[in-house]
Amino acid sequence: MARRLTPWRWAVLGLAAVYFLVPLAASFVFTVDDPRHGVDFGAYTGIVSADGFGSSLLLSLELAVATIVVVLLLMVPAVTALRLGAPRLRPVVEVICSLPLVVPPIAFVAGIVTVLKWGPQYLSRTPLFQTFVAVQNPTFPVVLVLAYVVMALPFVYRALDSGLRAIDVRTLVEAARSCGASLPQALVRAVLPNLRGALLNASFLTLALVLGEFTVAQLLGFQPFAVWIYNVGGSQAQMSVAVSVLSLLVTWALLLALAGAGGRDRTASSRG
Amino acid sequence: MTATLTRADTAPVASVKRRRRAPGWLAVVPLLVFTAVAFGVPAVAVVNGAFTVKDAATGATAHSLSNLTTSLQGPYLTALLGSVKLSAVSAVLAALLGLPLAQAVVSSRSGALRQAVLTASGVLANFGGVPLAFAFVATLGNAGVLTTHLGLAKHGWSLYGFWGLVLVYLYFLIPLMVLTITPALDGLRAQWREAALNNGATGVQYWRHVALPVLAPSLLGGFVLLFGSAFAAYATAAAMVGSAVPLVTLQISDALSGNVLTGQENVALALSLDMVLVAGVVMAVYLPLQRRSARWLDA
Repeated sequence: MARRLTPWRWAVLGLAAVYFLVPLAASFVFTVDDPRHGVDFGAYTGIVSADGFGSSLLLSLELAVATIVVVLLLMVPAVTALRLGAPRLRPVVEVICSLPLVVPPIAFVAGIVTVLKWGPQYLSRTPLFQTFVAVQNPTFPVVLVLAYVVMALPFVYRALDSGLRAIDVRTLVEAARSCGASLPQALVRAVLPNLRGALLNASFLTLALVLGEFTVAQLLGFQPFAVWIYNVGGSQAQMSVAVSVLSLLVTWALLLALAGAGGRDRTASSRG
Repeated sequence: MTATLTRADTAPVASVKRRRRAPGWLAVVPLLVFTAVAFGVPAVAVVNGAFTVKDAATGATAHSLSNLTTSLQGPYLTALLGSVKLSAVSAVLAALLGLPLAQAVVSSRSGALRQAVLTASGVLANFGGVPLAFAFVATLGNAGVLTTHLGLAKHGWSLYGFWGLVLVYLYFLIPLMVLTITPALDGLRAQWREAALNNGATGVQYWRHVALPVLAPSLLGGFVLLFGSAFAAYATAAAMVGSAVPLVTLQISDALSGNVLTGQENVALALSLDMVLVAGVVMAVYLPLQRRSARWLDA
């Protein structure tokens, strides 16, 4: 039966390959094709020295690291506790972690813009006003970290939950306790090492989210990497496409590295 | 990096000492507090603003439904319907095209092909936003490589319209469909097909009466997920068409930044509320379907 389907299968795979590869190949041609000089890699060599490239990429990476640290600090204890001491809170955490899926980023940022306006409107004489100014500091906008942590919750929850499902936390902790470990020791030495794949998976998904995020950053007026690509696109079309191609290749490399380090199938199952 | 994270992560857990019977929910409290501030406050701001009208002359505010009615009239309604139409068309096409692709991968029984396609899908499903728009502009835009080499402009081709956006959205929706439907296709047992064939069914009959009914919840769930994903998309459309195609996300961004008319911020909030309601309906349909299909797969 399966053999008879082979021509059909190759036709499907071939069409898919054409659709998904042609834009990438054409983008590459677009970046190196110079009507006067033939092939020219200037769009790629010019990226590093381009105005704002370094600072925007650095800002994105800093935001990503901060978001990963905060989201893991919040989620790992919570999700572990759901398995160990507070199973009745599971629906609460599940609902909280799916709320960002119901609220599109543009609606979320509309709310944030409104809240940030309260600062100058109502709070300008109170000490809280300084907090409003501080979270919007353009060199490191904390408000973006807050937003990204919320937006990363669904992915991180799913990654950690599937990681914890694969190991029997309760038995693991009890085994460690009967060998004389304290509860903290059991959690650090026995549970966390078993979660390495899930932690890596969650970190990668968060990294990909922050590096590609555009909506919130643009509407709040900050310029991390994705917003920079957008702004460059107006004046230097070739370079913006070159950066787009490179960012895809970097994402691909990260995901392959993750698939190698975290074991097979993790990347696929995390989203499903 | 992970090593340092690992150590830092445990501090709150460590404080939950079982000997002293500290309740386990203490470890969940930081998460609850954080989401209440970072998510709850903006959410309240959206709802409050959507129902608040400010009088331009006196500065007095009052609660009313006028923002919501405005958001369901004229250009705003056009944009909302435009978003729904674009998301529905893209999601249907992506579901119809993603299913055969996933089936071709699953039925090939080739581990390497499967791994390659699923990894590629994982990357491409996340490849939305600005880079995707620019890649398609470079390929099929007015000065795009294919447009100029194949002379598409003469045949009236334009990327900057409804169908151009559909073509671009499919680029991340089809991989998302492949990722969503592959576990369900894996759940189809070879025995079911053999049993159907032994009873005299044709391949088409097997698909019509056995496989598709089993897959129906997953297919519908996948469609709903794709719809939600396309509905919320903003960056791709903003970078590609500007405001040539009326979309609710573009309207919200224009109204927020005061591009068209000033003083429309609260209409933007009302539009956001409309979007949340649509997305809420989407999730309300998706979650039960996902549970139902999970029952088949775990059986």
